[in-house]
Amino acid sequence: MKPMKTLFAAALAGGLALSSFAAQAQNTIKVGVLHSLSGTMAISETTLKDVMLMLIEEQNKKGGILGKKLEAVVVDPASNWPLFAEKARELLTKDKVAATFGCWTSVSRKSVLPVFEELNGVLFYPVQYEGEESSKNIFYTGAAPNQQAIPAVDYLMENEKVQRWVLAGTDYVYPRTTNKILEAYLKAKGVKSEDIMINYTPFGHSDWQTIVSDVKKFGSTGKKTAVVSTINGDANVPFYKELGNQGIKATDIPVVAFSVGEEELAGIDTKPLVGHLAAWNYFQSVENADNKAFIEKWKAYTKNPKRVTNDPMEAHVIGFNMWVKAVEKAGTTDPSAVIDALVGVSVPNLTGGYSTMMPNHHITKPVLIGEIKADGQFSIVSQTAGLVVGDEWSDFLEGSKDLISDWRAPMSCGNFNVKTGKCGGAGK
Amino acid sequence: MTSRILLPIVAMLALLASAIGMGASAAPTDEAFAKLASDQFAQIEQGIVELSAIGTPEAATVLEALSETKLFYAPDKSLVIKKSESQLVSPSGMVLSAAPAGLKQVRINNRVRRALESALGSLTLISPDPAKRKAAAEAVFKARDPLALPLITQALSRESDAGVKEAMVRARAAIVLASSDAADLERINAIDVLAEKGDQDVLALFSTVKTTAPASVKQAIDTAINTIERRLALLSSVQNALYGLSLGSVLLLAAIGLAITFGVMGIINMAHGEMVMIGAYTTFMVQEVVRARYPALFDWSLLIALPLAFLTAGAVGLVLERSIIRFLYGRPLETLLATWGVSLMLQQAVRSIFGPTNREVGAPAFMSGSVDLFGLTITSGRLWIIVFSLVVFVVLSLVLRATSFGLKMRAVTQNRRMAASMGIRTPWIDSLTFALGSGIAGIAGVALSQIDNVSPNLGQGYIIDSFMVVVFGGVGNLWGTLVAALTLGVANKFLEPLAGAVLGKIVVLVFIILFIQKRPRGLFALKGRAVEA
Repeated sequence: MKPMKTLFAAALAGGLALSSFAAQAQNTIKVGVLHSLSGTMAISETTLKDVMLMLIEEQNKKGGILGKKLEAVVVDPASNWPLFAEKARELLTKDKVAATFGCWTSVSRKSVLPVFEELNGVLFYPVQYEGEESSKNIFYTGAAPNQQAIPAVDYLMENEKVQRWVLAGTDYVYPRTTNKILEAYLKAKGVKSEDIMINYTPFGHSDWQTIVSDVKKFGSTGKKTAVVSTINGDANVPFYKELGNQGIKATDIPVVAFSVGEEELAGIDTKPLVGHLAAWNYFQSVENADNKAFIEKWKAYTKNPKRVTNDPMEAHVIGFNMWVKAVEKAGTTDPSAVIDALVGVSVPNLTGGYSTMMPNHHITKPVLIGEIKADGQFSIVSQTAGLVVGDEWSDFLEGSKDLISDWRAPMSCGNFNVKTGKCGGAGK
Repeated sequence: MTSRILLPIVAMLALLASAIGMGASAAPTDEAFAKLASDQFAQIEQGIVELSAIGTPEAATVLEALSETKLFYAPDKSLVIKKSESQLVSPSGMVLSAAPAGLKQVRINNRVRRALESALGSLTLISPDPAKRKAAAEAVFKARDPLALPLITQALSRESDAGVKEAMVRARAAIVLASSDAADLERINAIDVLAEKGDQDVLALFSTVKTTAPASVKQAIDTAINTIERRLALLSSVQNALYGLSLGSVLLLAAIGLAITFGVMGIINMAHGEMVMIGAYTTFMVQEVVRARYPALFDWSLLIALPLAFLTAGAVGLVLERSIIRFLYGRPLETLLATWGVSLMLQQAVRSIFGPTNREVGAPAFMSGSVDLFGLTITSGRLWIIVFSLVVFVVLSLVLRATSFGLKMRAVTQNRRMAASMGIRTPWIDSLTFALGSGIAGIAGVALSQIDNVSPNLGQGYIIDSFMVVVFGGVGNLWGTLVAALTLGVANKFLEPLAGAVLGKIVVLVFIILFIQKRPRGLFALKGRAVEA
């Protein structure tokens, strides 16, 4: 009798849930989550999907937006770049999402960009990237090169008196562009060409013996040497293992990385890496009440007390809160209205300040430099005094230094050339 | 314990006092302590330099606590050492009953760490532990602090361990060379001492000193630099060969299972990489259990994982063969697609169970660090992998040659119908052969977990390389696989410094394509009727 009864109750509850769901479906605002849940990028992107689900759940507990509940539409583009575009189209035409949060790699963003522009969608992109882009429909909540790479190099110059530079990266657009900007920047600071070594490796490179020993050789001229690493994803673990094994300590040749955060360090023994650096706009070890609350919520949501938080997660938090605020300001979820309302929106970030959406669709952020600690967390050794505005067109590259972006009304242009006074001067 | 630490420190104290001509008094110690209780790195660094000059036992304890990140400070600037979570002591060794409120850790960054290393270097030169003394000598070598000269001379005179002595001689020479007060002749002697085992650190030292040295010293340095550079250039090709051997052994490990499933049986198994991954995850599981239950066995965890990884991956292979592949014999295209599908399923299954992030597989003590061979550094982990891959190769060859299973296996692959009519149950031999190939891949996973990420994508990185090795080496021939793996490894490593990692890989690939055009059956072609059939 008893199982019968519970079964009945369950069926009833299920039916109720279904009907209420059906009633809700017309009355919800849909939010797209476009992160790879399978394939190579799943390692980084799955976490961001979970963050989005947590944020949406939380917003619903507060009563949703404009009196409507939010509904997450999660799709899996499977680390497949053309599939990103297809899934983006599906989200915009079939599900009619009000905003989308997604992408990790630059190539996936480039693949969805025409779709979002054609269908007038809103995309929040949470990862640090190479800049040289500004789209009306994309909001860049990650760092531009001047919010991560350049302050990191400045730190090493001032505090470690570094004179020789190894720019090591994975062979694709983000490291190539970032290194081009850094090379120009270093040369502008008086570093000679022979003091810069640039090295690229394929994705997933796992045999670092030659490169690490080259770095060691390059660093043995008596001038202080540092490695600036734009090595991406899985290749980092064997790289750091090789560094540790060949005995390169942070006190001899420090490595500053732009793609290594708490999440990436979770898979390695960090004791040999103590002192190597990373530059981000957020670290889990930032001490303030907002961050503490966020970490606790995240651990409770994932039911795993060991889960870590990282920079792209914070970018999604900022992006989501900005979108919520803009929708409330505009009083509608209509993309055109929200895009206009987003510029100038200011929300608290997790490092104890406020981040503002600028007219170039990039945000203001503090830049933090952290040293790896033995427990896989970062000890923050430097923080910029104020907030840094994301600079989409680098001032250090020929062809992009004359460009600015301002998506506010009269100008409404992503690549305005201040020299010729014309919009559309992509400068090539 | 305390007396063991105290004794050398007291001796050193006397030394220091005579060396610097300054007695230690309480006031400067307190001042230096107060400097440590700060969140300004520059001030902490200053405090360390002062403490190392003071050199009292108290100072040494505090510096050691700082280097182990056990030093904290209270709001009233008094220092506290956290020996363990519950045991707090003051620098003078007094046990504190309760933690003062608002305790903060003294933070360190690289600059502080460097100052700390050099300070501790001169403080631990006469430690009873030879390893510590050696580390201290190396720290002194790097810091080249003229104040440490009398200390190291004294320590040198009573040193008995040859290895430590050598490090101290070098450290002393470095100080002499770097100090501008030393006589030219003395400095030139120092150059000779250093050049004897000239490595990159010495080169760095020489080029720094050169800029400020007088002409005669400069000349000696130039000659020494030339000699060292010539030797290093010679060594670099040896180094490339060694690195190539190491890469080759990794390729061999990854490909040798495939040499059986693809090479001998002719199955295009796209899920081969996933068998490697399963082996790596088995290692992870074994280590988790060992860490939780039998921490003393940790150094043996890889050895325990080996048979388990073989069995797990072999069992998965067996199931795969029985349930899918046996229906597709003779239809290579369908096998390819089906196994590719299986590989995706296995990846996603592992991702769902273990999560998408990397799992940490630790290295046992004998596999971490590096070995110094005539000035070449090769990491111990990779050295062991070379040995291990050769062992696997030999054992596998023996199984194929000298066991009845191996005989049956070869018989079936060479002439299935004849073997069947001799009474061999060919379907079972097929299954077991496939399981053997998969099991070997699992073993490879144990080794690869030491050098690569243990993530669901582990296998993908090796599948193409494995096929390349087997095709290049000649289908159906273990020797071919061995030669091909080592050739590709060495070629890759000689190309890498010239062309870069990306271009190097492309060049190797193009070479293989051209080679296959010339010799479609690879390096060692199998001759026999099976090949024609």
